[in-house]
Amino acid sequence: MGSDYDDNASFSDFSLGPEQLEAIESVLQEELIDSGVHSVMVIDMAGNIISQLDNGNCDHDLYSLAALASANFAAVDTMAKIVGEEEFSLLFHKGESENIHFSKINAEFLLITIFGKDVTLGILRLKVAEAIQKINAIWE
Amino acid sequence: MAFVNMKSKEVQAKIVFYGPGRGGKTTNLEYIYGKFRERIKSEMVSIKTHGDRTLFFDFLPFDIGKIMGYDVKVQLYTVPGQVKYDATRKLVLKGVDGVVFVADSQVEQRKKNVQALKNLQDNLATYKKSIFKVPLVLQYNKRDLKDVPILPMEVMEKDLNSQLKVPSFGASAVTGHNVVPTLKKIISATMASMQNVLK
Repeated sequence: MGSDYDDNASFSDFSLGPEQLEAIESVLQEELIDSGVHSVMVIDMAGNIISQLDNGNCDHDLYSLAALASANFAAVDTMAKIVGEEEFSLLFHKGESENIHFSKINAEFLLITIFGKDVTLGILRLKVAEAIQKINAIWE
Repeated sequence: MAFVNMKSKEVQAKIVFYGPGRGGKTTNLEYIYGKFRERIKSEMVSIKTHGDRTLFFDFLPFDIGKIMGYDVKVQLYTVPGQVKYDATRKLVLKGVDGVVFVADSQVEQRKKNVQALKNLQDNLATYKKSIFKVPLVLQYNKRDLKDVPILPMEVMEKDLNSQLKVPSFGASAVTGHNVVPTLKKIISATMASMQNVLK
């Protein structure tokens, strides 16, 4: 083992205090759930759920969703690099009644939003951008 | 990078089953899924090809109960073993907290085991992690095979574990022999490595 390894990058080194988590939850509530979003999650790139909120009518398998969402994001990100892009800015899957929107909060975290017909993509992107700005301010 | 939620007192840790193609990584997860069906609330997720080979990963969330006052959720993943899927294999390894290396005991797979272990070392290194520091357990799978020659345990130890010196098990994922002891070992090693965070 040489100096190539970061001894401080321990295998288990991340936690958030209850105050920070509550602050993040209230941002998710005010910016997204109150705007009509069905379900929203903050996850890390490894697929762990950091924070999660929904409108009370969602019964998704969130741990599987988080694992797949982080893998999907990572796969798309790698594809972007292969074709010479830094990243693809819009990641969005449209369904018959449910849609999923992915957004990068920072190098380590993603915001996953599930919403229906009552929210337009334009409004959603606006709200997501505002939420991300506020969440990043909490972490700083 | 495990995540500790101080608010809900919950820990999520990622354990990855790694190893050469057709070595039994998915079979390990399938056995665990069957054995602990009542404790696993969701379905096992598998992203595989039409030929039933793992394309991206298998995923199984596993609630192991309380440790030091925290509700511990272990996320079990496999990687695709085939050499050509290295890009996706690397993605699955991101944020890993513990690794089970599933080696194939068949004599003809001897070289592939060594190559896959080297590949694990290289891919961990891209995340600045050392194979000598990550919680790691070796499993010498397919000890039940009768019709094809298998390597003696000592040879596998010498090939794969002479430098690592980590816990190892002879096992059979198909029959379930030593699958649960392998899992218990990697969970305890992973939790031990997290103790400073959980205090």
